[in-house]
Amino acid sequence: MQAFKTLTGVAAPLDIMNVDTDMIIPKQYLKTIKRTGLGTGLFSEMRYKEDGSDNPDFVLNKPAYRKAEILVAGDNFGCGSSREHAPWALLDFGIRCVISTSFADIFYNNCFKNGILPITVFQADLDKLIDDARRGANATMTIDLPAQEIRGPDGGVVRFEIDAFRKHCLINGLDDIGLTMEKANAIADFEKQNANARPWA
Amino acid sequence: MVHAAAPRTLYDKIWDDHVVDTQPDGTCLLYIDRHLVHEVTSPQAFEGLRMAKRKVRAPQKTLAVVDHNVPTTDRSKGIDDPESRTQVETLAENAREFGIEYYDELDKRQGVVHIVGPEQGFTLPGTTIVCGDSHTSTHGAFGALAHGIGTSEVEHVLATQTLIQKKAKNMRIIVDGKLPVGVTAKDIILAVIGEIGTAGGTGHVMEYEGDAIRALSMEGRMTICNMSIEGGARAGLVAPDQKTFDYLKDRPKAPKGMAWDMAMKYWETLVTDAGAHFDREVKLDAANLPPIVTWGTSPEDVVSITGTVPMPSAAPSEQKKAAIQRALDYMGLKGGEKITDIKLDRVFIGSCTNGRIEDLRTVAKAVEGKKVASTVSAMIVPGSGLVKQQAEEEGLDKIFKVAGFDWREPGCSMCLAMNADKLAPGERCASTSNRNFEGRQGFKGRTHLVSPVMAAAAAIEGHFVDVRKWV
Repeated sequence: MQAFKTLTGVAAPLDIMNVDTDMIIPKQYLKTIKRTGLGTGLFSEMRYKEDGSDNPDFVLNKPAYRKAEILVAGDNFGCGSSREHAPWALLDFGIRCVISTSFADIFYNNCFKNGILPITVFQADLDKLIDDARRGANATMTIDLPAQEIRGPDGGVVRFEIDAFRKHCLINGLDDIGLTMEKANAIADFEKQNANARPWA
Repeated sequence: MVHAAAPRTLYDKIWDDHVVDTQPDGTCLLYIDRHLVHEVTSPQAFEGLRMAKRKVRAPQKTLAVVDHNVPTTDRSKGIDDPESRTQVETLAENAREFGIEYYDELDKRQGVVHIVGPEQGFTLPGTTIVCGDSHTSTHGAFGALAHGIGTSEVEHVLATQTLIQKKAKNMRIIVDGKLPVGVTAKDIILAVIGEIGTAGGTGHVMEYEGDAIRALSMEGRMTICNMSIEGGARAGLVAPDQKTFDYLKDRPKAPKGMAWDMAMKYWETLVTDAGAHFDREVKLDAANLPPIVTWGTSPEDVVSITGTVPMPSAAPSEQKKAAIQRALDYMGLKGGEKITDIKLDRVFIGSCTNGRIEDLRTVAKAVEGKKVASTVSAMIVPGSGLVKQQAEEEGLDKIFKVAGFDWREPGCSMCLAMNADKLAPGERCASTSNRNFEGRQGFKGRTHLVSPVMAAAAAIEGHFVDVRKWV
C-alpha cells in the first residue's frame, strides 16, 4: 500500500449529502476481477451524459478540477454498499484524500486499506473548506497527516482527529495482513481454546 | 475469554468471546467464525492471496455462492454476458483452488448469500460472521455479530480468519406494541431509518428489542437486521430465543446431538444483561405504524402511505432543502403529491431483504385471484433455490403466474441490477429491496421501497394503495 504523509493538491467541492457508493461507482463497473482501471467509472452517472460524453456541469469535468487530488463532500459520504471499488475508483482517478463531516463505517475503513485518507471535520470547517475548494486550481490545500492539519490557501489551519493506529499504518504504508500474520501464534491459541469451549462453532 | 462482572450487552458478550489480541490503544484482533464469499467482491482478494503465496486459513469456515451477477432466467445454457460469466467462473476456480465449499448457479442451494447462510444453518447465534457485502447485517437476526467488509478485509479474513477492529458503540432500538394488520417488519425498519437517518447508527451496533420484535418470525427479524446498514449501523442484533432455535434445528450445517445441546447452553446466555449500558436508545410504538413508502433517493426519505411527497421549502436547512429538491428532480415528483397517486411501471419482489418464503406467502395471499395492472410489469425473484422449491411445492408459483407475475430463478437480480434485470431510464418501481439510491436499479431508474404486501397491492392496482384497507 502507498504511504500517505503529506499531500498538496487541488480540492474539488462536491456539496451533496449522503453520497453513496453506488453513486461513486455504479454496478456496471463491478464486473471486473481487477482493482485497477476503475477511474473512468468514478461518479459515472453524474460525470457522463447518456451518450457517454462528458457532462460539463459535473465538478470533476471542469478544467480546474480534472487533476483534483482532494474531495470535499457533504455529510455521510460513502454510505451504502461495502464495495471497495469505491476507494479503488477514487484512487485510480487520483484522489488521495476525502474530507466530510462524517463517513459511513465500511467506506471509511476501506479507504485506509488503499492509502486514502478520509478526514472528518466539523460543519463550520467543512463550509469554509468547500468555499476554498470552489476557488478552483488556484486554491490548493495541503494535508499534513503527521501534524493532523489541513492548511488552506489563505493560511487557515483546520486540525483533525484520527485513530493513532490507523495513522501509523497509513504513514508507513503498512500491510494489515503482514501485521496480523505476526500474531499467528495468538490466533492458533485462540482456535485451540475455542475448539474446547465452542466446538460447534 | 473475558467474564467481566459489569452487566454487558449482547454485542459486548459476543465481542468479548472473539478477541484474540488487544493493543494498548484498544485496537483488537477479532476472530471470525464464518465467512461468506460471493463473486463480485472476492476475485481481487483471492488474487492477493495468490500473489503473496498465502493460503486460506480455515476453508471449512468459508462458504462461497454466486448471487449478484447471475441471470434470473434459465441458466442451464450458461451466462451470456461475458464479464458476468468471467466473474462467476473466477469464483468457481478460486473455490476449487483454495478448497472452499461452493454453490454454483445450478445448485438448488444457491441463492442470495444472506438467505443461503441461515437456510443452511451456517449462520448460528453467538458467532462472528462477515462477507464482502453490506447486507451481512441480516445474520444478526440470529444473535450473530455479522457485518459487511471490503475486499481487502475479505483477503485478511481468508488469510488469517481474523479482522482488525475497534469496538463499536451500543445502540438499542425498542419496538413495543402490536403491529396493525398490513403493517410489517419492513415498515418497522423503514420507520427506524426515517427516525434516526441514514447516518444515525454510524459507529454503532444496533440491538432490536421489545414485544414487536419478539412477535416477529425469523424472516421478519432478518428483514429488520438486513436494513440496519441503511441506518448506518454495520451490524444489527436480535437476541436468540425459541423461534431462533426452532428455525435452526436440523438445518444441514447446524450442530447435531451433543454438539447441539452444548451450543444451546451457550446460546441461552446470549441476552443483554439488565442494566447494561447503551450509548443511545430509540423507542418506537409498533401499534402506531402505517405502511411506509420511500419517496426519495435515500432510505431515510420515508412517508406514510396516507402522506404526501415533502415540500423542499419545509426543510430545516439549506443543505437539506437542496437534497430534497435533488431527490424530487431525480424521482420526477412534485412536493405535495399524494403517495397513493404515484403510478408504477414495474414491481420487484425479492432480495435479501424480502425474498424469503414468508414474503412470498404474503404476496400470494394478497394477489390470489387478482390480475397485475396492464400498465405494470411485475417480477418475483425467490431468494434461493430452496425458497423457489418450497414456493412451488406450495403452489405459490401458479398463483403468481395466473395473476401475471414473472416467476424467476434465484439471485440478487434487480435489487442492484448487475444482471439483465434493470429499470429503463425514467421507469418507476415499487421494490421490496433495500436501496433507493440514484441509479441503483438501473440508470435513471426510480425506486420506491416498500414491504412485499405493499408491492403486491401496487402491482395489482397500478399505483400505491393503503393495504390496511385493501387486504
